Amino acid sequence: MARLAGFRSKSAPATQPDAAMRALGAAGRLAPIVLLALAWEALAASGTVTPFQLPRFSAVLTRIWTDALTNDLLLNTALTLYRALVGFGIAAVAGILLGVGMSRYGAVRWLLDPIVSVGFPMPKIAFLPVMMLWLGVYDRSKIAMVALDAIFPVITGTVAGIAGVDRQLLWSARNMGATERELLWQIVLPAASPQIITALQVALPIALIVAVVAEMLMGGYGLGGAMVHASRFADSRGVFAGIVEIAVVGYLLVKAMALVRRRLLIWHQEAQLPSTV
Amino acid sequence: MSSLLRYLPLVLIAVAWEATARLGLVSQLALPPLSQVALAWMELFKSGELFVNGASSLWRAGAGLTLAVAVGATLGIAMAWWRTVNAALGPLVEMLYPMPKSALIPVTVLWLGFGDGSKILLIFLGCMLPVTLGTFNGARGSDQALVWSARSMGANRLSVLWDVVVPSALPEMLNGIRTALALAFILLVSAELIVAREGLGYLIGYLGANGTYDAMFAVVLTVAFLGFAADRAFQVLIERLLIWRD
Repeated sequence: MARLAGFRSKSAPATQPDAAMRALGAAGRLAPIVLLALAWEALAASGTVTPFQLPRFSAVLTRIWTDALTNDLLLNTALTLYRALVGFGIAAVAGILLGVGMSRYGAVRWLLDPIVSVGFPMPKIAFLPVMMLWLGVYDRSKIAMVALDAIFPVITGTVAGIAGVDRQLLWSARNMGATERELLWQIVLPAASPQIITALQVALPIALIVAVVAEMLMGGYGLGGAMVHASRFADSRGVFAGIVEIAVVGYLLVKAMALVRRRLLIWHQEAQLPSTV
Repeated sequence: MSSLLRYLPLVLIAVAWEATARLGLVSQLALPPLSQVALAWMELFKSGELFVNGASSLWRAGAGLTLAVAVGATLGIAMAWWRTVNAALGPLVEMLYPMPKSALIPVTVLWLGFGDGSKILLIFLGCMLPVTLGTFNGARGSDQALVWSARSMGANRLSVLWDVVVPSALPEMLNGIRTALALAFILLVSAELIVAREGLGYLIGYLGANGTYDAMFAVVLTVAFLGFAADRAFQVLIERLLIWRD
C-alpha cells in the first residue's frame, strides 16, 4: 500500500532558488486540499444538503477543537494509537521471526507455508467476533485482532526479501568464515531490509484500519468508538470530526513510517534515488 | 501426493481443533468441535440463510468493486495523461490514500442508511484509490519509445492512449485491483458486523449474539473461504489477461 512512487519530489541540494521553488511546489500541492475544504464549506453552507448529511467544515473544526480542550481527543487518539501500534509491534516482531524461520528451516516452512498462503488473502476481520468471544471486549481482543491482520504481509515480505538476497554476498561471507549468526545479522537481514520495511509499511495502515473497526464494533473509548457513539446519537458533527481525526492520524503515521524508512536505509542505494514520499 | 504433503499442516490444524474441543482442553462454548461446526454449516445451507445473506454480501461487494474499478482506472489514466488533472488530484490522492477506510462506515450509514446503498458506497470509496494509484503508476511507466513510435507511425492521441498507454498500465492496474479486492472483503464484513440487517457479516454478529457459536464459526469460515477463493480466482484471471507478456 505504500507505493506512492508517483509522488516523488526531487531532493536536490538546497540552494536559494531551489528552496523557493520547493516552497512554491509545496503550496501548489496544498492548493487542491485547501480547495476541497472550501468546496466542503460552500456545499454545506449552500443548503443543497442538510447539516445532518454534511455539517460545515468550520463546524467540524470547532468540534475537533472543543474535543481537544476537554482532552477527549487526546485520550481517544492515544488509545487507538496504543492498540494499533502494540498490535503492529507484535506483528512486526513475530512476523519477521517467523519469516526468518521459514527461510532457514525446512520444517517451519512446511508447516507455515500453506497456513500463510491460505491466511493471507482471507478477510481476517471476520474473526473479530471470535476474538471477542475468547479475549473479551477490552484491549486484548483488539490488539490480538490487529496483530493477526498485520502479521501476514510481514511474514511474506520477510520471506520474499530473504529469498532475494544476492547469492554472491552469501558465498563471499561464508568464504570469509562468517558463522550462521553473523551471516543472518550482517548479511541476510540488512540485504532483505528494504523489502521487510516495505512489508511493515503495508502492515501499518492495516493495523490502523483494524483498530478502528474493532473499536467501532466493541464501542468504548478510542477514535472508532467515539465515531460509532456519535452516529448512534445522530451527532453528525461528531462523525465527521472522527473522519478528519482518523484521516490525519493515518496520514501522519504513514509519513512517519516513510521517514523511519529513509533513516534506516540511509546506507542503501535507494536513498540516493528521489525519495518515495 | 506432493500437494497432499504440502497441505498436510492445514489438515493437522483441523485435527488439532477437533481434538482440543473434544478432549475438553478448552470449553466447547469457546471452541465448538470442527465436526459440529460442519453440521451447523449444513443446517445454515439447508435453511437457505447462507444463500440469502451470501447473495446480499456478494452483490454489495461486486457492485462497489465494479464502480471502484471503473472510476478508479479512469482517474488513474486521466492523471497520467493530463498534467493538470495530476496537479489537481495528486495531492488529494496522496492525502486520502493512507486514511483508514473503515472510518467511512458511520458516514456512509449517515448518508444512505442501513441497507445496500451504504455498503456499496463504502466499498466504492474505500477501494477506488488503490486502483487509481496502480493505474496511474502503470500508465506513467509506459515506455516512451513505444509512445513515440506509435506517434511517428501516425497514430492519433486517442489510439496511443488506447493501444499503448492502457495496455502498459494493465499489470499494475490489476495489482491495484487485487489490493482493492482484499479491501472490499474487509470493508464489507466490518460494515455488516457494525450496522446491517442482512449479509454474511450481519449473520456472524447475529449468531454470536445468540450464543450459537458453532453456527457463528461456520459463517466465519465461509467468509474466510470466500475471500481466499476470490483472491485465487483473480490471480488466475491476471495470468490469463497478461499472457501476452513475456
